[in-house]
Amino acid sequence: MSIATTRRSVLKAAGALAIGFDFFVDVAVAADAPGQKLPGDLNTNPKISSWLRVESDGKIRLLVGKVELGQGVLTAVAQICADQLDVDIERIAITSGDTRLVPDEGVTAGSFSMPNCGSAVRQVAAEARQILMGLAARKLGAEATGLRVADGLVTAPDGKSVSYWDIVSGEELNRDASGKAPLKPRESYRYIGKSIPRLDIPFKVTGTQIFIQDYRPAGMLHGRVLRPPAYDARLLSLESEAVEKTAGVIKVMRNGSFVGVIAEREELAMDAIAELRSQAKWDVPTKGETQDTVHDWLLRQEPQDLYIRKEPVIAAADQPRKLVGAIYKRPYHMHASIGPSTAIALLDADGVTHIQTHSQSVFETGVAIAEMLGVDKSRVHCQHMQGSGCYVHNAADDAAADAALLAQAVPGRPVRIQWTRQDEHKWEPYGSAMAVSTAATIDEKGDIVDWMLELWSTSHGARPGGRAGNLLPARYLEKPFALPTPVNGGPPNYAADRNAIAIYEFRSQNVTTHFLTNFAARASAQRGLGAYANILAIESFIDELAAKASADPVEYRLRYLKDERGRAILNKAADMFGWAKFNKTPGRGRGIAFARYKGLATYCAVAMEVEVDRGTGKVRVLRVSTAADCGEAVSPDGVKNQIEGGVVQSLSWTLKEAVRFGPSGVRSADWTSYPILTFSEVPPIAVELIDRPGTPYLGAGEASQGPTGAALANAIFDAVGVRLRDIPFTPARVKAALQA
Amino acid sequence: MPGLKVNGQTHDIEGLEGQPLLFVLRNDLKLNGPKFGCGLAQCGACTVLVDGQPVRSCVTTAGSVVDQEITTLEGLGSIDRPSRLQQAFIDEQAMQCGYCINGVIMRAKALLDQTPRPSEGEVRLALDGNLCRCGAHNRMVRAVLRAAGEA
Repeated sequence: MSIATTRRSVLKAAGALAIGFDFFVDVAVAADAPGQKLPGDLNTNPKISSWLRVESDGKIRLLVGKVELGQGVLTAVAQICADQLDVDIERIAITSGDTRLVPDEGVTAGSFSMPNCGSAVRQVAAEARQILMGLAARKLGAEATGLRVADGLVTAPDGKSVSYWDIVSGEELNRDASGKAPLKPRESYRYIGKSIPRLDIPFKVTGTQIFIQDYRPAGMLHGRVLRPPAYDARLLSLESEAVEKTAGVIKVMRNGSFVGVIAEREELAMDAIAELRSQAKWDVPTKGETQDTVHDWLLRQEPQDLYIRKEPVIAAADQPRKLVGAIYKRPYHMHASIGPSTAIALLDADGVTHIQTHSQSVFETGVAIAEMLGVDKSRVHCQHMQGSGCYVHNAADDAAADAALLAQAVPGRPVRIQWTRQDEHKWEPYGSAMAVSTAATIDEKGDIVDWMLELWSTSHGARPGGRAGNLLPARYLEKPFALPTPVNGGPPNYAADRNAIAIYEFRSQNVTTHFLTNFAARASAQRGLGAYANILAIESFIDELAAKASADPVEYRLRYLKDERGRAILNKAADMFGWAKFNKTPGRGRGIAFARYKGLATYCAVAMEVEVDRGTGKVRVLRVSTAADCGEAVSPDGVKNQIEGGVVQSLSWTLKEAVRFGPSGVRSADWTSYPILTFSEVPPIAVELIDRPGTPYLGAGEASQGPTGAALANAIFDAVGVRLRDIPFTPARVKAALQA
Repeated sequence: MPGLKVNGQTHDIEGLEGQPLLFVLRNDLKLNGPKFGCGLAQCGACTVLVDGQPVRSCVTTAGSVVDQEITTLEGLGSIDRPSRLQQAFIDEQAMQCGYCINGVIMRAKALLDQTPRPSEGEVRLALDGNLCRCGAHNRMVRAVLRAAGEA
């Protein structure tokens, strides 16, 4: 959790006890067989000491590339480490997301933190424990097998003991993991599987410094950037002399269409931007799509066609069959963090730019910023600090790039950027609008014979990825960096087509991705990527087919759902809800939906009851029951918090949210023009887990988004008999559907 | 001398009377509790108490509240000695990212001072103007009710 752990302090701690090399040979574990895979991110960063150090002050330092986003990951990896290493959790100090100190674990996203980081830390701690036990055995003159450990104190059968901190020189862990160190038996766990209170929460409820927004290095200046009036606008002229002469304004920076200001005080920087805005003359192209035309635009483009599941169609050879189809649409949705994106950057005397950022991808963003600045990547150092929740790729990286650019103008002075609310709303990369078309042939009993799904989407992956063109300010410089042509993420995780292949075992299933490499609005990865819309389409459509077959929606799904863990979760949510004994009353209805995120991560089913006001079209969610199986739950309460938060966010997306934009730019510029769900609209939500101790961590952060949207659509249908396929389900749309 | 009374201490803010209270608290007094969220009084992240009333400090000038009693999150308790309300948020693990939590706690504090035993509906209504994007609403409501129950 430490905010300001420097490289020096860690190295000093690690090297504090110089000792001979001979122990090392004795305790060496057989080298890893070539090609054998280590768990998670240990595979790409096998050196034990790059993850874990025994520090001289009774601490264990854990170094991880994954970062805290409010999802509780650092607490969970501390639990894992403490259990495997046999130390109290209070001894674990964590350095996270510092590009000079921690293993490169790529991006903190995609529900990968527990599978990739959690699994790596588990094995690293087990390897470290094995080495430490060997050292202790030597020191105590005892067999390693007879030793006991409690909170790092190793005791021999004769009662003699020695602690981890007495036997480590700093070099013993400087070796690659073998992958063979045994994990501790489950019954000895003190922390895993228990809901350990999160380490960061006491800071946050008391205003103790932990957020990047609270970091104030000495000599810090305040920067702000003048964003253009629209995506493709170009700056024609700017009269900046008066602003430059204002007392307290340090610098007005102009580079092409990128304009920034640096001032002594924050409000002065904001006032300066307001004045510059009034002086700036822009060329604003006026062609483009709106939120109302974007789905037609999606279908009009020349996409890449990817046949991600191709099977022989049965119906043509086996008539008669009935063909039914439907099309579902999602708009652009915002990440809409409550705290606008923030970064602090400093250009030091060695020409290195140090950046504090709440980016999910400190390594790749650092490389992209180096390209933007035209310096070697070693000249950019990123340190993660906690920010407002991001819900995947928001403007954090753009703010880091802004700060880095401004810092070049004032060497030796840290420059802090915090975006305005309006810029955050208008310029963040949205979750892409999508159209998803489904069709099926059914037999005379209503059973599915052929299942077909096609989807149209722009990219869900314009992360920095080491490319300057993915950073917003880089596209407006005098020598602009072009937006790289996006690539859709392929199997097994997929991107636009995430969860487009249904988990159900139909006799024939065909799925086609129409991937667009151009954009109607700036878009990138948002929580769940394409899974939200694809699951919404699949789980709505199967509900439609169940209704046609006059079948119960749970029973109908179970006809095709053969995965036992999936069946268990679907049944559990139904039981929690009281599905079988549901008493339907006028204007009210029930809906259920299920998915296994990415087809390989957490299983999640959501059931809910809604009430629809036929007069106003307003939908009220009365209660939600959710069941999930994320494999072994390290922190059950942390998982429930993620699942529940996903339900709320998805209800908000599905009921209320759509980015409004037109030819001259985005019009959703604040919380009034882009409303989200509020306290009085959040229903009671029950979450229960089926824990699977000893099975792999599956990752749970994005599992409930898709099922929630579909369960809502299905409940509205049950309540009032109309099928909504166009997100969001606003009162106006519900009313229009009722009157159609 | 215009004095800003914050958490029991008076600060000279001469020359800063026209500035947003939020920036004076954060940048001049180095307080971390109140957060910049929108600058438009729409989200509640910047909430402080002025003479016990919840106020959006982003749209309040510092000069307009001189000589009134301002309380920030830091004024309720510290990490070593959190207040009962702050402890209830820890006990309920009532957040994800926690960026909105300042405003939620300060608004709840104002509610509990006025209505020590609110109903769940009263808590939701009081917090309806505080935005949370992580979806930890129900945990926060439970935390407020827990603090009220322990009063």
